[in-house]
Amino acid sequence: MSSEHGHDAHELSFLRKYVFSVDHKTIGLQYLITSFVFLLVGFGLMMLMRWQLAFPGRAIPLIGPMFSPDLAPNGVMSGEFYNALGAMHGTIMIFLGVVPLGVAAFGNYIVPLQIGAPDMAFPRLNMMSYWLYLPAGTLMLLSFFLPGGAAQSGWTSYPPLSVINPGQTVWLLAMVLLITSSLLGAINFLVTTINMRAPGLSLMRLPVFVWSEMVASVILLLAFPPLEAAAVLQLMDRVAHTSFYMPKDLVILGQRYTGSGGGQPLLWQHLFWFLAHPEVYVLVLPAMGIVSEIIANNTRKPLHGYKTIVYSMLGVGVMSFLVWAHHMFISGMTPALSNFFLVTTMIISVPSVAILTCLIFSLQGGSIRYNVPMLFALAFLPLFGIGGLTGLPLGLTVTDIYLHDTYYVIGHFHFVVVTGSIIALFAGVYHWFPKWFGRKMNDRLGVIHFWGSVVSMVGIFTPMLVMGLAGASRRLYDPTAQAHNLIVQPLNVVSTYFAAALGVFQLPFIWNFFHSMFRGEKTPENPWQATTLEWACPSPPPHGNFAKTPRVYRGPYEYSTPGRATDFWPQTDPS
Amino acid sequence: MNATAIENPDTHSGISNAKLGVWLFLASEVMLFATLFTTYIVLRLSATSWPWGWDALNVPLATLNTVILISSSVTIVMAYARAYDRDVRGFRLWMALTLALSFGFLIVKAFEYGHEFSMGIGPSTSVFYAVYFTMTGLHGIHIIGGIIVNSALLYMSFVKEDWENPLFLGRVEGAGLYWHFVDIVWIFLFPALYLL
Repeated sequence: MSSEHGHDAHELSFLRKYVFSVDHKTIGLQYLITSFVFLLVGFGLMMLMRWQLAFPGRAIPLIGPMFSPDLAPNGVMSGEFYNALGAMHGTIMIFLGVVPLGVAAFGNYIVPLQIGAPDMAFPRLNMMSYWLYLPAGTLMLLSFFLPGGAAQSGWTSYPPLSVINPGQTVWLLAMVLLITSSLLGAINFLVTTINMRAPGLSLMRLPVFVWSEMVASVILLLAFPPLEAAAVLQLMDRVAHTSFYMPKDLVILGQRYTGSGGGQPLLWQHLFWFLAHPEVYVLVLPAMGIVSEIIANNTRKPLHGYKTIVYSMLGVGVMSFLVWAHHMFISGMTPALSNFFLVTTMIISVPSVAILTCLIFSLQGGSIRYNVPMLFALAFLPLFGIGGLTGLPLGLTVTDIYLHDTYYVIGHFHFVVVTGSIIALFAGVYHWFPKWFGRKMNDRLGVIHFWGSVVSMVGIFTPMLVMGLAGASRRLYDPTAQAHNLIVQPLNVVSTYFAAALGVFQLPFIWNFFHSMFRGEKTPENPWQATTLEWACPSPPPHGNFAKTPRVYRGPYEYSTPGRATDFWPQTDPS
Repeated sequence: MNATAIENPDTHSGISNAKLGVWLFLASEVMLFATLFTTYIVLRLSATSWPWGWDALNVPLATLNTVILISSSVTIVMAYARAYDRDVRGFRLWMALTLALSFGFLIVKAFEYGHEFSMGIGPSTSVFYAVYFTMTGLHGIHIIGGIIVNSALLYMSFVKEDWENPLFLGRVEGAGLYWHFVDIVWIFLFPALYLL
């Protein structure tokens, strides 16, 4: 195998090396940078919305006059523009930001290294995934500038509204591209992990991160096609004027809908959430995997309950397909179905809690190194816990009837995805940066970024929980239009200030990332004294990764084994 | 591309990467068509009236297409068997026959569609026709995908280097698996839309 790579190591052109690369590491970094750019764009859209929510009717400062009069007359955001921002914020953050970052960026770079493989199973397919994702994302952004504007029907795109509203067609086309990209990626990850593990690397010796990527890939593979089909049907409704989702005798603005009718609006909700709930676990599982790696490494002891974590992840994966309709308790679905989904929702919280508990117990008795990745990993535990626990009242029908479609829901899932997934993904960046560039990110800037981000995030989302409990509906363009919201309106202002602070505290991160890439402190091959395979090759790894296919002798987290001179025992160490 | 290192058949599962990849792809395809069949069931159960296939569609033509498609599943297996025995002429013959049958299927389908369009019937006519056109249309796109893959394999059998590549047989097998899947989807579509 190594001789083959010797032959392959000749100089490639700039285009083949950095743009249309088939190397999993380059593709991983392409995904990393692109998804961070999308996160920033999604954040920018959200800042515009937050201005409107805190100061409704006031002109957007600085950039307000730059928008066309259709979007923001006299710099004041229009309702249509607000709706477009809402739909695109959700879509971009989830489908173009967090999932590509967690699954594709980290998965591409780290999984082949952690299993001791020279590359992914299908390198060209891998390149194609990225080159479907980028046009899909670009198309999504371009939709703001196309006639009809961007999609305005929320990231959930419920019909009949989504079939009637302008802008949705481009959204659907971009989604079909994106789903195809994800499917190719999922197949690639699964084949790579199943087939290309180094000798001796049995399944129960896999790092937790690789497990999390495997389960996430299975979810993507089986849950995304239904959304693809559902998107095709919605596209048909819009383009070919079919009536898959359009009921009979629908009246829109006093006019009868001209289509044949006979469709089912609820069908979309079922198909959409059949993907979108498993998708939540696609957002969360890689985050849990990253946190597990970092906690084991920095507590210098084996993970508490490795097998429990692995089986819980598998359990979460299976159960995630059986909970989708808890998003639809007040949609008019049969109460008997509601009860079924209530029970499954309570069941799925068991393995999730098991994973978190194992991670917390892993801290017990460890001599913890409080480096930057570990700070983020430690913050993940309680904050993701809040995200999970605030979800329980939404999974129980009785409390959900009150809380549904309020700001409480927004607070809940942002605690899960932002203070959960994104915090963990930051941890991963700081942890694996030395592997990517052979240099370390600056610690002081890292600590500033950490405290600034964590405090701001909690400051943004806690007020939302309170507003929701007070009865403030989500998706309101002007929250002051309803008298009962006025009492909690100051919380909207608080939330907006914290959102601005969150933006400011990303500046040290961005500077730190690019500056450290070229000027950061140089690090050895294994700066964290870690045990897993990715640290057994040079940083950054050359094409083909390992000079010689590694052999694996033990599990992934053999730290502080009694009787050994060092406190870590690499998986590749034959002694 | 160092294909031998990347697609080393000496894998953990004992199944080649390509074959495992095709199976996983087919799993996702099953979910895609399962969703469409679910849609069909949900819409049909809630419909006030649902036309009988014999009245609304051309059953004899669809029966002909069923025969064509099942025959093409046989011919692609024959092509695989010829490739297995390293008989390049036999492979080309059976693969060409498979392609001819696939084009035959599309021509019959086009004739069917054309007849319906000429009668003023389209996807927007009713939910039944929406389901019919969308499902058979997506199936038709899958047929076209299969034609592209099978044509590529036929072309490769004329390139010495490709024909002698040890991976060639696996590629034919992968294409065959996919083609059988497309065939099976039709075997579900035919009774669901035309007969029931």
